[in-house]
Amino acid sequence: MSDVCIVGIGIHPFGRTDGMSGVEQGVIAVRQALADAGIGWPQVQFAYGSSDAAGNPDTMIDRLGLTGVQFINVRNGCAAGGSALFSAQMAIKSGEFDIGLAVGFDKHPRGAFNALPSEYNLPDWYGEVGQMVTTQFFAAKIMRYMHLFGISRETLGRVAEKAFRNGSRAPHAWRRQPVSIEEILEAPMISDPYSKYMFCSPGEGGVALILASEKKARELGKPLIRLKAATMRTRPPHSFEVFAPSVDVVEDDSGPRPTASQIASADAFRLAGIGPGDIAVAQLQDTEAGAEIMHMAENGFCANGDQEQWLAEGRTEIDGALPVNTDGGCLACGEPIGASGLRQVYENAVQLRGDGGDRQVPGNPKTAYSHVYGAPGVSAVTILER
Amino acid sequence: MHAIADGLFTDETPPRLIGGRDRATGRIVFPCPDSADYEAVLLSSDGTLWSYTVQRFRPKTPPYAGPEAFAPWVVAYVELPGQVIVEARLVDVALEDVRIGMPVRFKPVPLDPGAADSAVIPAYAPAGDTA
Repeated sequence: MSDVCIVGIGIHPFGRTDGMSGVEQGVIAVRQALADAGIGWPQVQFAYGSSDAAGNPDTMIDRLGLTGVQFINVRNGCAAGGSALFSAQMAIKSGEFDIGLAVGFDKHPRGAFNALPSEYNLPDWYGEVGQMVTTQFFAAKIMRYMHLFGISRETLGRVAEKAFRNGSRAPHAWRRQPVSIEEILEAPMISDPYSKYMFCSPGEGGVALILASEKKARELGKPLIRLKAATMRTRPPHSFEVFAPSVDVVEDDSGPRPTASQIASADAFRLAGIGPGDIAVAQLQDTEAGAEIMHMAENGFCANGDQEQWLAEGRTEIDGALPVNTDGGCLACGEPIGASGLRQVYENAVQLRGDGGDRQVPGNPKTAYSHVYGAPGVSAVTILER
Repeated sequence: MHAIADGLFTDETPPRLIGGRDRATGRIVFPCPDSADYEAVLLSSDGTLWSYTVQRFRPKTPPYAGPEAFAPWVVAYVELPGQVIVEARLVDVALEDVRIGMPVRFKPVPLDPGAADSAVIPAYAPAGDTA
């Protein structure tokens, strides 16, 4: 079967844009992506749009044009953007359509996400006692991982330091000032072992991707960025997830618990017919510094515990063996849920086109990987090839 | 003194946490779901610390119903051997002395220590000489 290709990309800078709605940021991203693809809105045959907190994506047709286009809204936690992209890919693969749009945007209030127990099928007391706090889970997950595999707090600091350094070179990033590792490690604690620089913040932003069949992509004359795999998977038994009042006991508890990310990753590599060693650049979900560490192993890029040495040797830097989060990831870009997963794919397309400027991965990368994870145990992965 | 919710722990002395056993698979969860598929099961009072973090800021209200005054607390995941790992507070320990693997014992505490009629919430405290 011929590949689905990414023929247009657009982004509204992440961060805070007072006075502009999330939908408007999505519209700006779409117009940029259309111009990049060299097409007009009437040529778009279908759209999938993701937003968690900024309204219905299909309302943007008011601004883009009432062409009667099929437009489906997607809401799927932190995997929303990945799910929109997956759906768009399937629409083309099915042969039903030749060219369409995946768009994601969001605009969250300041401060930590404020979830309510009833939204997660949990009893009210769970929130009343102060456990309806996402940061607690992420901190407890890395705390056990550090205990099992000898990861130091300094390594968490190195991840954050790299994120802000990379973000300072990415025009669409929110945090664009480098922060020293000393400042990161000594900053006020949010949830041990994480200081405030080791968590990303909910934010705003919009991303749009135009997808086309290979035949259509050739007609448009665009460089062929092939979507070799896009997978979305849910959690396996015995996993440890956000908002979990209890976790299963298991016979052998000497390793990390199985995750949706492992399943999504393995399936993506199988579909693409390549392995982790073939990837030239990766965007891994880094809602906290430790997430990047654990996701390096969950996605098959290194063994558990090897991250300590990888970070010390700079192997995940832009000029390293496997550059990770070349635009600073969620730590530097923030996390507008509906847009976040698509930002990773945008960044990978930029890198494969060689348009990364100060943050361009050297050596003309041909393969790129993206991964998101979210509540209540969902993950989405993509593999791009040029 | 009253439990923050019915069916979380027993009112015997000392109290015990109540889990739910899946009648089909034997899997134990906490709290006990309000479903005919689960039967209530008393959980062990003794366990070990599986993982933890320290909550360093006052959570948003709602849903948090604790006092306005805030002091950091330990969020613990406690493994009850052969049963289940439960999430609860860890009390009576200095923040810097918390260690994964330490033995702990069930000890419910008031959500608001300053209020006479405070709801009581599930918690653990260090057990034995290691406290």
